[in-house]
Amino acid sequence: MLTVDEVKHIALLARIGLSDTEVETYRKDLSSVLDFFHELGDLVIAEGDADDGIPIKTNDYREDTVEDAGTSCREGIMNIVPVKKDGFVKVRSVF
Amino acid sequence: MILELHEKLKNRETTARALAESYLSRIWEYDGELGAYLTILEEESLRAADFVDEKLARGEEIGLLAGIPGAIKDNMCLTGTRTTAGSKMLDGYVAPYDATAVRKLREAGAVILGKTNMDEFAMGSSTESSAYRPTKNPIDTSRVPGGSSGGSAVAVAADMAVFSLGSDTGGSIRQPASFCGVVGLKPTYGRVSRNGLIAMASSLDQIGTFTKTVEDSAIVFSEIYGYDPLDVTTAESDSKRFEDFLSSDIRGLRVGIPKEYLSDDLDPRVREVTEKAIDRFRSLGAEIIDISLPHAKYALPTYYIIMPSEVSSNLARFDGIRFGVPVDDHESRSAEFGTLLETYLDTRAYGFGAEVKRRIMLGTYALSAGYYDAYYKKAQAVRHLIRKDFAEAYKKVDVIFSPTAPEPAFRFGAKSDDPLKMYLSDIYTVTANLAGVPAISFPIGTVEEDGKALPIGGHLMAGWFDEETMLRAAYAFEQAGVSDPE
Repeated sequence: MLTVDEVKHIALLARIGLSDTEVETYRKDLSSVLDFFHELGDLVIAEGDADDGIPIKTNDYREDTVEDAGTSCREGIMNIVPVKKDGFVKVRSVF
Repeated sequence: MILELHEKLKNRETTARALAESYLSRIWEYDGELGAYLTILEEESLRAADFVDEKLARGEEIGLLAGIPGAIKDNMCLTGTRTTAGSKMLDGYVAPYDATAVRKLREAGAVILGKTNMDEFAMGSSTESSAYRPTKNPIDTSRVPGGSSGGSAVAVAADMAVFSLGSDTGGSIRQPASFCGVVGLKPTYGRVSRNGLIAMASSLDQIGTFTKTVEDSAIVFSEIYGYDPLDVTTAESDSKRFEDFLSSDIRGLRVGIPKEYLSDDLDPRVREVTEKAIDRFRSLGAEIIDISLPHAKYALPTYYIIMPSEVSSNLARFDGIRFGVPVDDHESRSAEFGTLLETYLDTRAYGFGAEVKRRIMLGTYALSAGYYDAYYKKAQAVRHLIRKDFAEAYKKVDVIFSPTAPEPAFRFGAKSDDPLKMYLSDIYTVTANLAGVPAISFPIGTVEEDGKALPIGGHLMAGWFDEETMLRAAYAFEQAGVSDPE
């Protein structure tokens, strides 16, 4: 069973604020799912066994150029911005 | 059904507007109770229908989907339309562009009636985790429609759309199709562009279709698949029409039955329907072959490590800065601190529901220092073993058959308190996503419960990019009917 501090730590890493009641609920829920994962622990995988021989598609890269999405797309994006100032997106300072 | 409507439109026996109006009126009549739609696009759909009618009036040729009313799951972007992914986090989000699959439908002239309800961010197997409203199963409204694409399944099942699009990460098209008695297709990973689909788990997500018939699913799938430069995981392919390859002759088709999927603890009623379906395939001349997928039993824990890990990364963007409306007036904390971190914590605490938080935290845990090797890395290795199982199996068989879900539609609240119980709904479907193979659910029979005939779905999987064989098998089954083979 996860401890209260462990749940609080995971929640902080996940950037999710939790109330004390939620911490208790997730302590129980997460622990039961983590127990379920232990089935995998019994599986021993030999070196090279996990190679399925199926080629992995390599990444496609495009030229790093500016493409004009058009006025309507730009307006569409600005319309869903919660806080704007002088045509810019306004967010909280990250410093 | 689509071919029939197409002929009627072409012969001017009906108009696209009349079709759209009749479906809209069904939505107004039944959707208050059923809750399949989150947004109804009355004006827009009638305009799209008129456009098709004008084309016909000018004597122009129209494609098969032109004028056909459909619906889109609310995690796919449709320009100028609210796109919530079933979450409060995106309540005010109006998509500034079309998802590629949606754009293809619109270019084909399809009439989009609305956006359908879903479990929040596609996380769930019952549509109960939608932040807006529950969707009810039209066959028995005390039961769930399955999930996460519950709204899309119900829209088709209750004749509130001819077809719909859903997304499938671990069974989110096939399980609701099974619960609602319709056909649900999840194509091979890489077939349909994910551009404009709000990401859940990028290595598993795939857009697919809900329809009343297998032929219709082939028609809609033919319109939406193909390479897209905006999604590098899409595969290059020839353009073909999958409905052209359907045939009711499946003599000699090799149908594999994985022994792991018909274990003793399967609901005996589901087993009986499944065994009858196997007999049906046999009577159609298919060869039934017992096979083994030795790592199938590890699929569910593997899935529930890989999926939340990708979820925790993909959903980091919903932080009140990049996406989502910031909540920074939280009395208990921000008045005191008001830092950027507090904005994140409060926005995500308020904007996400319980299941989404649970999965983000599970993924965060699985990826955290000290646990990464034991969970994520191990799960990735098992995923390769599962793919290998399939590669081996497809040397012996053409398709693999099983039930879609271990049970018929369950009642509201039956599993919502126990996440693990809910996760078990995906037991037969997640392997197709882990391996990336195509899969389809189609009605194979019903079981009686409280005087209601609850549908059971049969599940076929085929080799990578072999939707053709899979659709052919499902089509032949459907043509033969679901009654006893005698």
